[in-house]
Amino acid sequence: MTDVIETTTPTPASRDRGGPAQPMLIVENIKKYFPIRAGLLNRKVAEVKAVDDISFYVLKGETLGIVGESGCGKSTLARLLMYLIEKDEGHLVLDGDPVGEKAGVPLDGLRRSLQMVFQDSYSSLNPRLPIESSIAYGPKVQGASAKSAKEQARALLEKVGLKADRFGQRYPHELSGGQKQRVNIARALALDPRLLILDEAVSALDKSVEAQVLNLLGDLKEQLNLTYIFISHDLHVVKYISDRVLVMYLGQVVEIGPVDKIYEDPKHPYTQALLACRLSMDPDERVDAAPLAGDPPNPVNPPSGCRFHTRCPHAEDVCMSKMPALGDALRSDPSEHLAACHMVHAGSGHSKAPNPEVTTLPLWQGEMR
Amino acid sequence: MTDIPAGSLHIDKAQAAPASKVRGYWGSVWNRLRYDYVTLSCMALIAVIVLLAVFAPWIAPMDPDKSSMANRLRPIGYKKFLLGTDEQGRDMLSRLLWGGRNSLLMGIVPVIFATTIGGAFGVVAGYYGGKVNMVIMRTMDVFFAFPSVLLAVAIAGSLGGGIFNQMLTLTVVLIPPICRVAETATSQVRSLDFVDAARASGASTISILFSHVLINVLSPVLVYSSTLVSISIILAAGLSFLGLGVAPPTADWGLMLSTLRQSIYVQPLIAALPGVAILITSIAFNLVSDGLRQAMDVKA
Amino acid sequence: MNEMRSPDLTLVEAQSEKPEAYVKVKDLEVRFVSREATVKAVNGVSFELKKGEVLCVIGESGSGKSVMMRSLLQLHAKKRTRMSGEMRVGDHDIMQATDKQMSELRGSTISMIFQEPMTALDPLYTIGDQIAETVMRHEKVDRDAGWARALELLELVRVPSPERRLKAYPHELSGGLRQRAMIAVALSCRPSLLLADEPTTALDASVQIQVLVLLRRLQREMGMSMIFVTHDLGVAAQIADKVAVMYAGRIIEYGNARDVLMHPEHPYTRAMLSSTIKDQDRSTPLDTIAGTPPDLRALPDGCSFAPRCKYAGPECFEAMPPEVTDGRNHMARCVRVSAVRGLLAFDPGIPAAPALV
Repeated sequence: MTDVIETTTPTPASRDRGGPAQPMLIVENIKKYFPIRAGLLNRKVAEVKAVDDISFYVLKGETLGIVGESGCGKSTLARLLMYLIEKDEGHLVLDGDPVGEKAGVPLDGLRRSLQMVFQDSYSSLNPRLPIESSIAYGPKVQGASAKSAKEQARALLEKVGLKADRFGQRYPHELSGGQKQRVNIARALALDPRLLILDEAVSALDKSVEAQVLNLLGDLKEQLNLTYIFISHDLHVVKYISDRVLVMYLGQVVEIGPVDKIYEDPKHPYTQALLACRLSMDPDERVDAAPLAGDPPNPVNPPSGCRFHTRCPHAEDVCMSKMPALGDALRSDPSEHLAACHMVHAGSGHSKAPNPEVTTLPLWQGEMR
Repeated sequence: MTDIPAGSLHIDKAQAAPASKVRGYWGSVWNRLRYDYVTLSCMALIAVIVLLAVFAPWIAPMDPDKSSMANRLRPIGYKKFLLGTDEQGRDMLSRLLWGGRNSLLMGIVPVIFATTIGGAFGVVAGYYGGKVNMVIMRTMDVFFAFPSVLLAVAIAGSLGGGIFNQMLTLTVVLIPPICRVAETATSQVRSLDFVDAARASGASTISILFSHVLINVLSPVLVYSSTLVSISIILAAGLSFLGLGVAPPTADWGLMLSTLRQSIYVQPLIAALPGVAILITSIAFNLVSDGLRQAMDVKA
Repeated sequence: MNEMRSPDLTLVEAQSEKPEAYVKVKDLEVRFVSREATVKAVNGVSFELKKGEVLCVIGESGSGKSVMMRSLLQLHAKKRTRMSGEMRVGDHDIMQATDKQMSELRGSTISMIFQEPMTALDPLYTIGDQIAETVMRHEKVDRDAGWARALELLELVRVPSPERRLKAYPHELSGGLRQRAMIAVALSCRPSLLLADEPTTALDASVQIQVLVLLRRLQREMGMSMIFVTHDLGVAAQIADKVAVMYAGRIIEYGNARDVLMHPEHPYTRAMLSSTIKDQDRSTPLDTIAGTPPDLRALPDGCSFAPRCKYAGPECFEAMPPEVTDGRNHMARCVRVSAVRGLLAFDPGIPAAPALV
């Protein structure tokens, strides 16, 4: 299979192993339960089902947006992908090679391809190191000499729009939120990754600064041929930046599909409610009643059956007893729009489910590899 | 890495230069200390005490061990005895100067050792968590269960007297609190995002500890250790007072307090002098450590 | 949406019988002095608020909006702060009030809710205790009456199972419930003025909108005036009657919510609106405001926004532009804005120049 170079910046052939059709990342059945221990013997009394059997893939060069509210597990998912937390179950496949298994990519190799940009907070950069050193740390760890790591750091600072001479020796507390975020991005790029996970990367910034940083991210993506996983609770930003969107609720994927389909025709009631919570800038379009009542529930004891049924206006008996399936997220086409809701799947038992003749389930394609 | 056309991503056009010059962390600490007159004067006082102690052999007017039964318990300013004499006729000033050497040694050396050892244990416990943390911290808890004076007396009692044993005792007594402070600081730092970022770059634990964790943990630990200096001085004096420290006739403030106890009705001022010395020294260290804490405890 | 706006012709007679402003701030200046520098956080803010009106103060970090609002409760450290100007709430002169007078006012006449309920609520006391304590202190009633009122308030803010929640500690509640509990504490003594410092910024979208709807309903029912500080224009649209836009410690645009949000005239307001992400086309880069906010320790003369403004001319750097107000009480401070036929209009004049440094 020849490597087709489609971008302005040629990727060294050795880096793109799978070719353009191979997804950059395949996440299969990832699970992470956190035990809650109590009592004298520290016995496990309950589990927080933070990430519960999630599967999806990310194509090369796309931006996958992940939205959800507090407690949905998106930050845990980000850390699982980065191997900062150990997963309980599941597989990761990076550009065709399984991660962490004998014949596949070792953890080190994952680090060089997959990096994370953290939310700007007081803790995202070491307050005692000048930002140049923070950025140079990664390359040094991977074997670069101190001198070349420093040069790389300075080049990266320029790349994200900060003059190395003026900013290199500054400390994080001397930078504004937007500048710190640029440093975070530079640090993530220091190891020359192909996939960036952005975990609420612009959420803490002022709106005008947010726009600057998003423009920067867009430019960098094009020039460095990056793939993004963009995690956020801000629906406007996700709509602007994503190609496909994945909606999470209580540790599960409830909807996934191309961004326009999700935003214009959301199929899952949670997505519908969430989209209705966006605030308009027109005072005449005020709402008098909140679209979604109550708080996002506790992931310790998720409701039975469909986890959203306690807040869903369309809930029926089947929703309480049977968990709806999303569909085959791994084998479906990227242009498909899947939702984990009984109302969407024919023959589910829900009164609003479509007629069984009209099937929305993708046909079984056989084994993937 | 490709080059980008100049100016397309740059936001340098209207970036204001900082109104004050770029200053590192220690620079900003010094900037705050500069105006803290209390702390500065105490630091000067400590410097004086240290100098006096270091140069005692040359400054002391007389031999501190030379007793003179004729000149017992002379008052302050009697002939050439600037601060009077003790119950064996020895010059108080010289004994105080020489005693200062012991006391400062007992104050500083155990703290240095305890900081290194306790700090190391604390950082390891804080970073690794889990079983390692449990083993280390519960062991420390056993020591914590005893009041420090009691613990010091128990250990010194079983080890016997002498300078070395005294230092060892104080070190052991001071390790648990430092370990706890280090563990708390480390586990707080451990949960911060930049440590995760360092892990994500594939760094080894040692590298992360030395490059990222230690510099952040160092200041709370150092500040706490500096408060322990005054405690150590007092504990050492206490041990000497009880006879568990240096042996007579060595000049030592605590020992001097003990032997002068009986003379308190004859020459109360003289009997109080070693106590005053201990008081001044430990207050000075205390205030300096307080000032350091305030100066160091800031983000910007 | 290009509707024709006409100046409110009934305004002239309305002004003569205009209800007295409940909150009156005139030429407020707040400076933070330290050995190193003087930070000019607020540089001449004036506005009026009627009873039962909601004012949203919009601005980014460093605009002075929080500082301005906290001055109304004299929350700044006295040693480092220099305030001047006039601040009146009802019959009370806040600028001249003593500490004792302020502590009478706080919590009873003027109340405040904060961004982070976890730090605003005391973790060592139950919710019921905290509400009851405020009630008991200001209304001088006994504990039973205090708890009864606490229960009432939790019902008012729509906390489910309020009896159970009264006995809960803050950490046992979710973020949204904590925020409601904080609102209950703030409303416990029926304040006439509620100050809100970005109370919904840290909340999820679904909870944010619940809290905003709740606040609006309570504000209407209780006839409270409200000053709401935010950086989110959507929040302002949802809740405000009047909107003030602050930049570098000054109000640079002010007016009805509809006028400011749908027909902004000041270049900064317009730039803020256009750089806010909302349904922009994915393939085009977003509009941004060049440069960074000014250093409040060294504010230059002239319009503080001029260094970043696309339309700045030499006159912009000389002096801060005066206020220009039209017939609808829509105000902007920009030399290129004038009142044309009773409405504000922006005239770029010279062709847009690249931002000067």
